[in-house]
Amino acid sequence: MSTAAPNLTWRFMRVWRRDWIVNLKSLHISFLVPLFEPVLYVAAFGVGFRLLIPQVTFSGLTVSYVAFMAPALIATSIMYNAFFENTFTSFVRMFYQKTYDAMLATPLSIEEVITGEIVWGATKSVMAAIVMTAVLAVCRLVAFPQGLLLVPLALLGGLAFGSIAMIFTGLVKHIDMFNLPIFLFLTPMFLFSGTFFPIDTLPDWAQRLAYTFPLTHLVTLARSMCFNLLTWKAALISGGYLVLFTGFCFPLALRVMRRRLIK
Amino acid sequence: MEDPLAGAEHIIEATHARKLYDDLVAVDDVTFSVARGELFGILGPNGAGKTSTIRMTYGASPLSGGSLRVFGLDIATEWRAIRERIGVCHQDDNLDTDMGVRENLEVFAGFFGLSRAEARKRASELLDFIELRHRETAQVNELSGGMMRRLVLARSLINEPELLILDEPTTGLDPQSRHQVWDRLTTLKERGVSILLTTHYMEEAARLCDRLVIIDHGRVLVEGKPRDLVAQYVGSQVIEMAPVSDAMREFAQARGLDHEVLGTRMILYCKDHEDLFRIVTERYCQGNCTLRMGTLEDVFLKLTGRELRE
Repeated sequence: MSTAAPNLTWRFMRVWRRDWIVNLKSLHISFLVPLFEPVLYVAAFGVGFRLLIPQVTFSGLTVSYVAFMAPALIATSIMYNAFFENTFTSFVRMFYQKTYDAMLATPLSIEEVITGEIVWGATKSVMAAIVMTAVLAVCRLVAFPQGLLLVPLALLGGLAFGSIAMIFTGLVKHIDMFNLPIFLFLTPMFLFSGTFFPIDTLPDWAQRLAYTFPLTHLVTLARSMCFNLLTWKAALISGGYLVLFTGFCFPLALRVMRRRLIK
Repeated sequence: MEDPLAGAEHIIEATHARKLYDDLVAVDDVTFSVARGELFGILGPNGAGKTSTIRMTYGASPLSGGSLRVFGLDIATEWRAIRERIGVCHQDDNLDTDMGVRENLEVFAGFFGLSRAEARKRASELLDFIELRHRETAQVNELSGGMMRRLVLARSLINEPELLILDEPTTGLDPQSRHQVWDRLTTLKERGVSILLTTHYMEEAARLCDRLVIIDHGRVLVEGKPRDLVAQYVGSQVIEMAPVSDAMREFAQARGLDHEVLGTRMILYCKDHEDLFRIVTERYCQGNCTLRMGTLEDVFLKLTGRELRE
């Protein structure tokens, strides 16, 4: 019965604006994390790991471990920012604060409310990616001009992970249940998406599995951008995967939330 | 039945509206209409279908059957145009606790597409209207229950609505706050705003509503003006006596008097029996015997029964 198309207009930016205004109050906190997280990781892996793993070889390139890992920090931060915003924070707004109920008494559709929330989650990913890219660029771990592509990449990655997060939000009964997708979905990806070691060190079956993870493609793209090595082929394959993933999860998130909230 | 709204402009027209949740019939068959400028009440015990009816009226809940038109537009298809012109005050205070008092109004104005300058101007006016200007920088959770309710009311007025929908606007308020809300509603009505209201408080309904319906089990039991309903169902005067004697019961039955026995208490609806109270007190009164005005609460309890609803 849902006629999604006319229900989704640019009015969703009114919802985004609400989140932006609220976020302005705690802007320093949103910036401190992406500012210091890479510093901590770079210090720990750069200093502590240097003797254990002097160099890493990937796609025919030999680089320091820190340089290998740094792009994955940006990619995982893109994932976590959107995912947490559209699970815990959105759930609190929906379930406890009844913010969506209030919005649904105004000329906003449920589709616009949820889209505004997902785009906001992606915005947080973008903000985090910008700060982290700047920090890592100072450490000479990001090459330009392709490093600038991390910004649109953060938007796409944020939309992808925000959309799947919103599906969980539409399904869980209780806020504690988010631990399940985090444990079963986020953590394995965080460890096995070519983040801390190249995927080709895994056995064949595990490699194939890893290529189904959206984070793998996000990491692949982020890493090639950081090394100024992005090719059209990689952009089409990994970028195409993320676009398809978003294209599937986003409309599903709208449907799941409509079913949950419009009764 | 004669149409009480003949010739008037209908703001809301619910025709055999019906709402099912899976197997549960929340609203079975509700028909009513509200004229422009009217303050219309929906009364009913818990679970009668009040909130479901309200939610259908502003398009938060699609109808399972029947039709509902607001400003002559169908809520199913033209919900957006309708919501531009209405204000809704929810039962629970769903203010935005991430923001301050003034921000709540200004950001909400943004949902209606108002410009920032316009939002600021209307927020100031409304803060004056609800006497909350002195707390405009406060956080929402620093406010008292009464202040929150007033802020919810102000928020629902941000788009200068032609129709205001209020779901139990005074539940949980102290008498002072309640009177202040009534005051504001009366002012709004004088300005020509049509109001649809649900309430549990019969005194509130009798005082505010031009007309009302009492619903139960998702159906309309009666519709009318509060005073007419009292006159029709209980009469202008009611006698309460406790304890009630057997002789009194026999007397009431033999005379065919309209009465109810509740444990040791009897309620006697006088209707046209002017001298009933004198007869009863002289012959049958053993303890307390009081004569009071018939109220809407008598009508409500008589029609919906006295069992608890949970």
